[in-house]
Amino acid sequence: MSKSTLSTQFRKVDVDEYNEDNYTEDVDQTQEDAGPNESEVNSYLMQAKNLDALQVVLKNPPVHSKNQQTKDRALELVIRVLLSFKSSDIEPAVKSLDKDTIDTLMKYIYRGFENPSEKSSAVLLQWHDKASEIGGLGSIIRVLTDRKRV
Amino acid sequence: MTEKHSFGNEPITCHAFNRDRTQVAISSSSNQVHIYALKGGAWEKVYELNEHASRVTSIDWAAQSNRIVTCAADRNAYVWQRDSAGDWKPTLVILRINRAATCVAWSPDENKFAVGSGARLISVCYFEEQNDWWVSKHIKKPIRSTVTCLAWHPNNVLLAAGSSDFKCRVFSTYIKDIDKKPDATPWGTKMPFAELMLELNTSNDCGGGWVHGVSFSPSGNKLAWVAHDSSISVADPANNPIPVTLNTDFLPFRCVQFVNENSIAVAGFDYCPMLFSCNRGINFVRKLDQSEKKEAGKLSHGNPDGDEYMSAAAALQKFKTIDNKAAVDGSETVLNTIHQNAISQLSIHSGSRDQVTKLCTTGIDGLLVIWDLKGLEQSMAAMRV
Repeated sequence: MSKSTLSTQFRKVDVDEYNEDNYTEDVDQTQEDAGPNESEVNSYLMQAKNLDALQVVLKNPPVHSKNQQTKDRALELVIRVLLSFKSSDIEPAVKSLDKDTIDTLMKYIYRGFENPSEKSSAVLLQWHDKASEIGGLGSIIRVLTDRKRV
Repeated sequence: MTEKHSFGNEPITCHAFNRDRTQVAISSSSNQVHIYALKGGAWEKVYELNEHASRVTSIDWAAQSNRIVTCAADRNAYVWQRDSAGDWKPTLVILRINRAATCVAWSPDENKFAVGSGARLISVCYFEEQNDWWVSKHIKKPIRSTVTCLAWHPNNVLLAAGSSDFKCRVFSTYIKDIDKKPDATPWGTKMPFAELMLELNTSNDCGGGWVHGVSFSPSGNKLAWVAHDSSISVADPANNPIPVTLNTDFLPFRCVQFVNENSIAVAGFDYCPMLFSCNRGINFVRKLDQSEKKEAGKLSHGNPDGDEYMSAAAALQKFKTIDNKAAVDGSETVLNTIHQNAISQLSIHSGSRDQVTKLCTTGIDGLLVIWDLKGLEQSMAAMRV
């Protein structure tokens, strides 16, 4: 057999490269999300008001922000809040959130899975269990398809 | 009540019924379209439409004029007409697209049809008497990715198109020599050809997934679409400039169809068609698939006295599965729903557009299932104590 039948490099050629109608992401995002309010969350955590901290930290997800640092800081904050909950408190906490907030929580949980540490994975799995009971498979699908990434 | 027909093990890519539902054209992941006729409750193959060079992606059967249009990944569409001998004769339609065609739909008056394609455009084709051939006109702007689904408005001019650029759009396909001037609609008043009447997002921001299915309500005043982020959206421009979106808990839906002015049926990766109402927000009504654990799993049948006995067939099945799969329970591979794999297309079987009485779904499992909405309603009413 000739050599050319073995190579599949042709599959990597971008046939639309020189097409002027090429799809580009919408670039009209002018909103700059600052992410959740750190000081407020910290104060709630110190007062052991975990539930309030959770509500605040999930409220303004930096989905539109181009700044990776903002997103990383928000993620760290969320993980801190999630780890501060006792196992038995997770379920009532999830029940207190509304549908959109559960979707945001799921996005953070999956982001948290990306960088596992000793403690975080187990706790995140518990959160995932409770959140998926309420959010259903739809909330997980939205983690994958929603272009507003956390 | 619910009729189930198997058309082999290959996924059914697309299907279309004739006007009285005695014949169905089906393509099962191949270049051919097979026409089956209903003979004594079972479907028998009566004809083979063999002209496409690659996979057929969509079929539509014009009810009144009895013409079939098929489109395929070979960038062509054929219009098939029945001649006096009963054979289907194809006529090639030059779509002028450089990518595969994905979906096709006859307009309500059947004088034109629209083809969506991966070439980021919609080809609207009509028959030109002068030259005795089908002419196509393109709608290009501002579509930015593959057109995945199409739906016609009852006024024969407006066309809704869902696309993989996460948006659903309504265009005008008014052709001067073919159409009468349309009246004003909630979608707009001036409708020159290829005019974008409205561009809609799934949820208000640009989050969302590919639009898989789109459908106009019987009056044409509402538009529903389903996207890959498991959402259902309904736009009602007469009452609300912003569409209403429901993010469901289910897996994404692939097809949607209005069954009356206020209810939509959806089906998709959850293997089960569902009904939602869209009056005052979108609300879940019920799943159409009420089947419980399959018969195959039931090893014993209770008789009226309460004693249980095993039928010979069930016993054989049980030992077979223990032998082959070391499984104790015989029902492991058969799911609770009628469809055993994702549903890819939903169509109206019986009833008018205003009040659909039967729906038909086809799926990747090679099954065609006809759902009786009226029967289901009655049985649900009976079950309520």
